[in-house]
Formats: sequence, structure tokens, C-alpha cells
Amino acid sequence: MKIAVCVSHVPDTATKVKVSSDGVSIDPTGVTYIINPYDEYAVEEALSTKEKLGNNSEVVVISVGSDKSKETIRKALAMGADSGVLLKDDNPRDSFAVAKALSEEIKAQGCELVFCGKQSVDYDNTITGQLVAEMLGYSCIPVIVEFNLEGNKITAEREIEGGREIVETVLPAVLTAQKGLNEPRYASLRGIMTAKKKTIEEKPAADAESLTEVLKMHLPPPKKAGRILGTDSSAVPELVSLLREEAKVL
Amino acid sequence: MANKILAVLEQREGQLKRSAFETVGMAAKLASELNLEVEAVVTGNEISNINDIGSYGISKVIHLKNPDFENYSSSGYRDAVTDYANESDADYLLLANTSMGKDLAPLLGVKLNAGCIMDCVNIDVSSGNLIATRPVYAGKALIDVKPKSAKIVITIRPNVFKPVPGGSSSPQIEVREISSPNLQTRVVEFKKAEGKLDVAEADIIVSGGRGMKGPEHFDLIEELADLLGGAVGASRPVVDAGWRPHSEQVGQTGKTVSPSLYIACAISGAIQHLAGMSSSKYIVAINKDKEAPIFSVADYGIAGDVFEVLPALIEEIKKIKA
Ligand SMILES: Cc1cc2nc3c(=O)[nH]c(=O)nc-3n(C[C@@H](O)[C@H](O)[C@H](O)COP(=O)(O)OP(=O)(O)OC[C@H]3O[C@@H](n4cnc5c(N)ncnc54)[C@H](O)[C@@H]3O)c2cc1C
Ligand SMILES: Cc1cc2nc3c(=O)[nH]c(=O)nc-3n(C[C@H](O)[C@H](O)[C@H](O)COP(=O)(O)OP(=O)(O)OC[C@H]3O[C@@H](n4cnc5c(N)ncnc54)[C@H](O)[C@@H]3O)c2cc1C
Repeated sequence: MKIAVCVSHVPDTATKVKVSSDGVSIDPTGVTYIINPYDEYAVEEALSTKEKLGNNSEVVVISVGSDKSKETIRKALAMGADSGVLLKDDNPRDSFAVAKALSEEIKAQGCELVFCGKQSVDYDNTITGQLVAEMLGYSCIPVIVEFNLEGNKITAEREIEGGREIVETVLPAVLTAQKGLNEPRYASLRGIMTAKKKTIEEKPAADAESLTEVLKMHLPPPKKAGRILGTDSSAVPELVSLLREEAKVL
Repeated sequence: MANKILAVLEQREGQLKRSAFETVGMAAKLASELNLEVEAVVTGNEISNINDIGSYGISKVIHLKNPDFENYSSSGYRDAVTDYANESDADYLLLANTSMGKDLAPLLGVKLNAGCIMDCVNIDVSSGNLIATRPVYAGKALIDVKPKSAKIVITIRPNVFKPVPGGSSSPQIEVREISSPNLQTRVVEFKKAEGKLDVAEADIIVSGGRGMKGPEHFDLIEELADLLGGAVGASRPVVDAGWRPHSEQVGQTGKTVSPSLYIACAISGAIQHLAGMSSSKYIVAINKDKEAPIFSVADYGIAGDVFEVLPALIEEIKKIKA
């Protein structure tokens, strides 16, 4: 079976966000980019599924983005993925247009099982995997922390408010990975060396229109620094009375 | 021309959730500002509090009913809601940005060829057009977004739009029996976390960090959370060390929360943690290091030893609750 993993190339989570002069995106100056943290769980699950399924399975990594996204594809190759595809587009797209490009490629490659992250930590939409599934007519279980495949039957656990749901579905399917699903492996030195030699196929991302448009990016109003009421429990009565009378939250 | 807003509501175990009433309130408000019709649609079996929708501002409710809808089925709910959305020709679908909303919204988006604007914290229609504001980069920035498609699916962040019940009018409820729903993807079991309130739904959160020194000291955090009717949260190292379950992690790779009150105990306030909680209405920090970055977002702080301050705080709260 051919398994696809969709990976996004995102600013490091420690990034201090500044708005760029275009007014609609972040200023990339000095920002380090990494593989989206949730996508590492997706890559790991794809690799371990491939290992369980045996020899004639393979894992293809797909990303929509600019040339820079190759770094992230390479990271997944170093972990052990077999091949990589960059669907190139230098212009921003919304999740819908990203999903359109991904689904066209997944269809062309004939992948029946697709892993995404539950969320890309840049635009935080949490929907790309579901969109891809629906565009392809695949089943979808988002935000999974456990995954089991038997024949074409999938049983997964997903994290929701107040507990976990056990969900059943069938292939072909898209799953989106939540932290807790697995422990992503480190790329071995050998993995890194082989990844350097693997070619990343590049093609233009399928044309697709964004259905939403960002008009403006702005920073949240800075929180005014609060008051330090004291250095020990003698400050507790004042704290409680402020919470009751000023904040009115108790 | 836009003509109708559909509030797509969530029930679990036969009860509409608080976030469902937030959705009703928001849909009703938008409808009156844009001069549109508004209806609510809910997929489920028996729903005990369905009449309460009326007092939050929507007078027509479509109940898409089937015994198999007692549990969530993304394929079944998607098809039932899509059919109704097509029939009623609604242009705006509004959902809560809960686990179910995040799953269902994009499926409906593809079916209806509607763009999705997720996790909105403000919706402005003063210009006559809809502009939604949503956090990106875990709340480090916000974007104003407008739809480009004729139809649009919007989800609103829970806990942000507090619904205000008005009158007590009973809504008109139209029950539609859905025959042989599509159960290709379905929940077969729900494993409830033992009686605990989820951080993402709590109005008060008491969170502990690495400075709590060990899982046994979370008794203090739990006791305070229980007293306040709140939930327990945790920083990532605490979860990584296995002191607390991942479902309690707050931050960029955990949950994003915006409770009325967030009490951070022995948490330094790393950027990834702040990303998940800095939109809380009030923040209290207890940390022995007065330079800790958590104090830069806290409304009130005590720069002291958590093991001395927390017991005193618990006693003080007991006094006022007594
Ligand atoms: C300059 C710039 C402008 C942008 N403008 C917009 C914008 O206006 N609106 C907008 O919504 N987004 C915008 N994006 C981000 C967009 O290109 C994202 O890649 C895409 O929208 C995913 O973000 P998301 O939050 O929707 O992903 P989510 O839905 O949160 O992602 C879930 C999962 O889908 C997969 N995935 C997501 N993105 C990709 C990808 N590019 N390639 C492969 N797999 C992927 C990953 O597995 C990810 O874990 C912009 C990006 C840049 C660099
Ligand atoms: C990709 C990525 C994602 C991440 N995602 C998250 C996330 O989602 N959530 C998250 O929380 N972190 C996240 N982190 C980790 C983050 O960078 C910090 O390491 C983490 O938040 C620190 O947790 P902490 O404040 O509990 O611990 P520390 O930073 O070790 O702070 C402990 C604090 O306790 C105080 N203290 C110690 N003893 C006492 C005492 N007796 N009384 C009072 N105070 C005391 C200390 O002064 C200190 O400030 C992420 C990191 C990365 C790289």
C-alpha cells in the first residue's frame, strides 16, 4: 500500500511574531522554520504502519509551499520516508486551496491511507486533513491518539472534550495526528545521508482558488503588566478580595 | 444574496452543550444585524434541553433524528446537515469550534463549496459585509478574514461569546426522521475521563508547572480546582514527565484556553505556554522567581513559594465558600 503524509513547513514555536510590511502575514526576518510538530507524529505513524504492512508498502511525503519547504520534506525523508513531492506555489493559499493541491496529488499517486497533523501551528485551522478526505471521498478521523488497521478496517481513538472517542471506519482514509499517538523516531545519521541523495520531485501545485482572504494581520493588544501583591501567603487575602471585587471571577 | 444563517448545534449524550447556546446566541445576533432569517439544526436522538434554544434567540429548530445519531458519526451528521443546508439554501453555517465542530465544519465546507473560517473570536458585520477575526500562531497574532465564496462555514471559539438568555419562548421544533444514515465513520464508544471537567471547557483553570516538583503535589492543584469548580491544567514538562495526562496540557502544542480565570502555579511562562492561555480574562501567577515571564501577562501575582501560598489560598477560598 502507498501511504501519503502531508507536511507543512512552519515557524518555530518559539518565534516572536512581527507583522510584515504587507500587513497580512508575518515578517520572516530571523525566523527559523521547522517541520510542523504534529506532522512528525504523522510521519512516524506512516512509517510504523509501513513496517507492519511489510515490503510492498511505501511512504510518500507531500508538501505545498515554496522551495523552502524542501527542508521539511527532507526531514521526513531522513526519518525514513521513501519519496518526497513538493507542490510548488510561492503565493499564499488558504486551507481549501492547499487541500485541493494535496488531494490531486494523492489521487495521482494512488495513496489509500493518508496521515496529516491535527493542526499546522502557523494558521491553526485544524481542517486540512478533513478537507483532503472530503475532496477525495475518503473517510476521515481527526485528532487521533491511537491507530489500528486490520484489512481495510480502521479503529482509532480520538481526543475530545472530557474523554476519548473510539471511532471505526474503513479505507481509503485520512487520519490527523495528535500528540500522544507515538514517539517520533530520530533521523539516524544514515537516514540523513540517504535523504540527501533522494530526489524531491517538484511540480506546480494544482490551480485552486482560495475561498477566504486575509485582509489584515495584527497583534493582540499587549496585556498591561499586573501587580505583584506580595512574596508569601500574607498576600492571599488581598488576592482573593481582588478576584472577588475587582475581577469578579469568584 | 445572503438569506439565511443556520446554527449547527452540538449535543452529546442527549444534551445540547453550553457551546451550542453560544452558537445560537451568535447566530441570532448576526441574523438581526444582517437582517437575515435564522434557524438552528441539531443532529441527535432524544435531546432533553432542545426547548432552551428558544430563550437564546432562535425560534425555529430542525431536529435531524435517528437512534443511531445518539453517538457522533461524522459521515452521518455531515450528510444529514448537508441535505438540510441545501434544502434551506442557507448561506452561513455557524458551529462551535469544539472537537465535533472542527471535524464537521470542513466536511460541510467541501460539500457546500463553502470556505471555512475557524475559531473566530470576533465577527464584525458593521460594514454590511462579514469580517471575522481569528487567532493565528497560537494567538500571537490575529487575522481579519473575509469569505470569497458565496457560502461560508464559520466556527466560533468556545467561551468567548457568552450567551444571554432572554424571555422563555418555546421554539417551533420540526423533527425529521433520517432513514438509514451513512454510518461509515462512527463513534462506537466514548471513554469518559473520570468525572473531570476538560480544560478546554472550563471557566476557571488551575495549572501546575515543573516547579510543583512531582505528581504527588498536584493534590494541591486539584483541591483548589475542585473548590473553584474548575479544571486542572499543566505545562508541557509536567505532561512529558508523565505527572499529568496530555489532555491537560495548555499551550501551543496542547490546548488553547480562554477561561475567566487562569491560575498558573510554578509555571515560568515560556512563549509556547503563553500562546495557549494569554487570552484568559484574568491571570494569576504564583512563582518564586519574580523575574519569571509569567508575571508579564498576569493581572495579579504572588512572587513566593507555591507550597506556602497554595495551602493558604485553599483555606481562604474555603472560608468564602463556607
Ligand atoms: C505567506 C503566507 C500566507 C498565507 N496565507 C494564508 C491564508 O491567507 N489563509 C490560510 O488559511 N493560510 C494561509 N497560509 C498558510 C497556508 O499556506 C498553510 O499551509 C495552509 O493553509 C495550512 O495551514 P492550516 O492552518 O490551514 O493547516 P491545518 O488545517 O491546521 O493543518 C493540518 C495538517 O494539514 C497538513 N498541511 C497543512 N498545510 C500543508 C501544506 N502546505 N502542505 C502539506 N500539508 C499541509 C499538515 O499535515 C497539517 O498538520 C499562508 C502561508 C504563507 C507562508
Ligand atoms: C515545539 C515546542 C512546543 C511546546 N509546546 C508547549 C506547550 O504546549 N505547553 C507548554 O507549557 N510548554 C510547551 N513547550 C515547552 C516550553 O518551551 C517550556 O519548556 C515549558 O512551558 C516550561 O514549563 P514550566 O513553566 O512548567 O517549567 P519551567 O520553565 O522549568 O518553570 C518552572 C517554574 O517554577 C518555578 N518554581 C520552582 N519551584 C517553585 C516553588 N517552590 N514555588 C513557586 N515557583 C516555583 C520556577 O521559578 C520556574 O519559573 C514547547 C516547547 C517546544 C520546543
